Parts: sequence; structure tokens; C-alpha cells
Amino acid sequence: MRKELQVAALENGTAIDHIPTEAVFKVVSLLQLQKLDHRITIGNNLKSSKMGKKGIIKVSDKFFREDEINRIALVAPNVNLNIIRNFEVVEKKKVVLPDEIIEIVKCNNPKCITNNEPMKTRFHVVDKEMVELQCHYCELKIRKEEIELM
Amino acid sequence: MQRFYPAIRKGEGAFSTSDNMLPKCFVNIDDYSREDIFRILESAAKFKQRPNRDLLEGKVCATLFFEPSTRTRLSFETAVNRLRGRIIGFSDAATSSSTKGESLKDTIMMVSNYADLIIMRHHLEGSARYASEISPVPIVNAGDGSNQHPTQTMLDLFTIYETQGTLENLTVTVVGDLKYGRAVHSLIQGLSHFSPTFNFVAPEELRIPDKYKAFCDQKKIAYNEFTDFSPESINSADILYMTRVQKERFTDLMEYEKVKNIYVLHNDMLEKTKDNLKVMHPLPRVKEISQDVDDNPKAYYFQQARNGMYTRQAVICDLMGIIVD
Repeated sequence: MRKELQVAALENGTAIDHIPTEAVFKVVSLLQLQKLDHRITIGNNLKSSKMGKKGIIKVSDKFFREDEINRIALVAPNVNLNIIRNFEVVEKKKVVLPDEIIEIVKCNNPKCITNNEPMKTRFHVVDKEMVELQCHYCELKIRKEEIELM
Repeated sequence: MQRFYPAIRKGEGAFSTSDNMLPKCFVNIDDYSREDIFRILESAAKFKQRPNRDLLEGKVCATLFFEPSTRTRLSFETAVNRLRGRIIGFSDAATSSSTKGESLKDTIMMVSNYADLIIMRHHLEGSARYASEISPVPIVNAGDGSNQHPTQTMLDLFTIYETQGTLENLTVTVVGDLKYGRAVHSLIQGLSHFSPTFNFVAPEELRIPDKYKAFCDQKKIAYNEFTDFSPESINSADILYMTRVQKERFTDLMEYEKVKNIYVLHNDMLEKTKDNLKVMHPLPRVKEISQDVDDNPKAYYFQQARNGMYTRQAVICDLMGIIVD
């Protein structure tokens, strides 16, 4: 039986697959896709044998830097990243949470200096597996489910 | 004077690196290694012997108290005055430009044009860390919200060392508000280099947070938890560190009524304690230490507060690279 693609094939670019459905639009925001003029296809609630439902994002003619793409690990640490050239997957990548997160996450402590001063937030990743962050300034620890993006 | 702290060997500690770079700021007690702590305590002991020196002659120190704190400010300002430094600053944010909407960054940059060192207290947590990253002159954190107050910890360590002759293997019973008590949290961090045993005595609502228990576990520090202020927890202690149980911390006022008189130290409770026991308190005291304890030689909270001045002299000189003879 012919397998039908759920999202149109990509000639050149980046395909981010196996995104948890609740994280798809957070990934859009983390990669600032709304600011790109590249052709972007976003699929959500697609069938997945592994996950039940999943999201996919395909961005034509765009190859992200490591530090850009690793931001995704904050909300979707298990995504598959496929680099595609001429309709072929030429490289598969896993995202890796960096040791430090700057300017992406908001501190949940209203009395933190970062919420009261025009400055960048900065977090140390204290647990990469569980995705736990600690504010560099007020020292508040934030669990994955508490992460709020800027 | 006899040197009673271990000598610091070259290459040890965060501040004795090969290029002899001194730390610029004192923001968090965790920034200081065991060797750094001993270096400060050694200086503080010298200042206790002779507090009036000319070491800050010609220097200007700023005390920026965005949040009022008379006790801490007086201690710092006396420390500077006794070293012949000059002081500028404010004791209330209402008299600073922050009420006009000036950012902390701008205030720090402006004041650093005038002062050689900035001592700051601010109600926002992380403010001192941020200031330390932008300021061209050393920053001393005199309290940032409920986060850190590292000179309090340093004076506590100095007092413990002075009264016990060591910081190693002591049993420290901390009593009262262990949930919100900043002094207690920092003391746990500060003593973590020295294999202490802690007795945590607190009402259910104000128990020591799990993250500090996890910290103790990680550092292999022994601890016991008590909800009653029992003779067992008092009589085994080398240091009895009392803190205030504040009514406003309770969500259930009935609970406060039940416990408010339990965590009060009376003189007769000290009868069977160790000879070397000292009672400490970060002050201000309200009712948690009965007045009848004050005359007991084991009461040491007023001397502890006085030690704050010597310790702050030591911290200020250390940050400015001034050697204390």
C-alpha cells in the first residue's frame, strides 16, 4: 500500500519530527519562526506509531545553528531533527540541552531582579534529564512543567 | 597575635589563584571556599583585637539601602568609619532616584563613579548578583530580598569559631522559622564545608525546605528534624541558633497560637546543656529568647552582633585587596 505523507515533502531544509503536540507552538516561538520568510509547514495532531499523536515542523531552505536548535530541548527534548538536501535526509540530529539558557525563559519569581530590570534572564541547567533550571540571579529552581518562555 | 586559623597554602581556594586575582564581590556565601572563609575569619580576629585602623584612608564606600535596615547599615557604616573610610549613600529608596524610575544599573553605574566599593541592600532577589556583573567597583551584598545575606553568615561563622575554637564537627541546633529564615539557610551552606550535624527544630508549617535537606544529603551532612523544642535537641548542641517565629508566616493562625510559646528559650532550659554551648540569634529578638537568658554566660547574641562589625571590616578590606596585619 502506498504510504501517504501527512505533511508535504521537503526539498531542502530542516524537518523537526516527533514534537509533542502541546509543544509545537512553543517550538515555533523558540525558533522565532514567525519572523522567517522561508516556507514553513506546521502539522499537529498527526498520527504517530510511537507517540499516538505528534507534531511536525518543516522549514524550507533553513539550516539552524546548534545553539538555536538546542533551545527546543527545553520543551521537547526527544524530537528528531532531519537535515534534508534534495529530498534526502542527509543528517539526523538529537537536540541537546545547553548548560546555560540566556534570554529565552522567564523567571517565575516576581521578586527576581530579572522581572524588574531591563536585562536578560539567565538560567543554569541543573538537571538535564529532568529539565530543571536555576535562575542565575534569584536562585529559584524551575521544573520543566513550570517553564514559561519570554 | 597568635595565628589560630590554618595557614592558607598557595594555590588553594578560589582567591589564591596563580594570577592572584581577588574576588570583586561578595554576593553569596557559596562564592567563598573553605580557605576563603578562614582568610576572612583570620582578618576579623585581627580587627577584634584592634578595630580602629587607617586602612580605608582616602577611600569612599557607598551604602545603598534601597530597603531600610538600620541594624545592618549601622554595622557596615561603623566598620568603614573605624577604618577611616568615608561614606556616601542613602538609607531609604525614597531618597534615591529609583523612585523616579531609575534602573538599578544606572544607579550602580552612577555611584561607582564616586565610590571605591558599594554595599547594597535591595528588596529584589538577585539584585546584588546583577550589580556585581555590571559594577566596576566591588559589591558587598547586604541582603537581597529573601535570597542571601552573606555577611550575616560570615559573622555567624566567626562567632562559632571564636566560641568553639573550631568549625569542624559541631552540632548546631537551629530553632524557629526554618522555612523562610534566610540566616539559617545560608548558615547551612556556610557550615557545609565543616562536617556539622544539624538539629532542625520547627513547627510543621515552618519546617526546613526539602531543598536544604537534599543539600545536606548531597554534602553528607547529618541532620535530625524535631517539631518539639525538646531537651534532646538542646542538650546535644554546641550551638543553639534561635530565630523568630513570625505570626505573618502562618496561613493558619490557630497553628500559630498553638506553637507560639513552644519555641521560646528560657534560662532553666540551659541547665543540662554542654559547657561550651553558646546561644546565638541573628536579631532582632522578640519573644523567642526570654530576657532571663541574657545574663547566662552561654548567651552570646549581643557579642555575635558586635562581631558583625569586625567581620564586615574584614570583608571590605579583602575585596579591596588590603592586607590586614
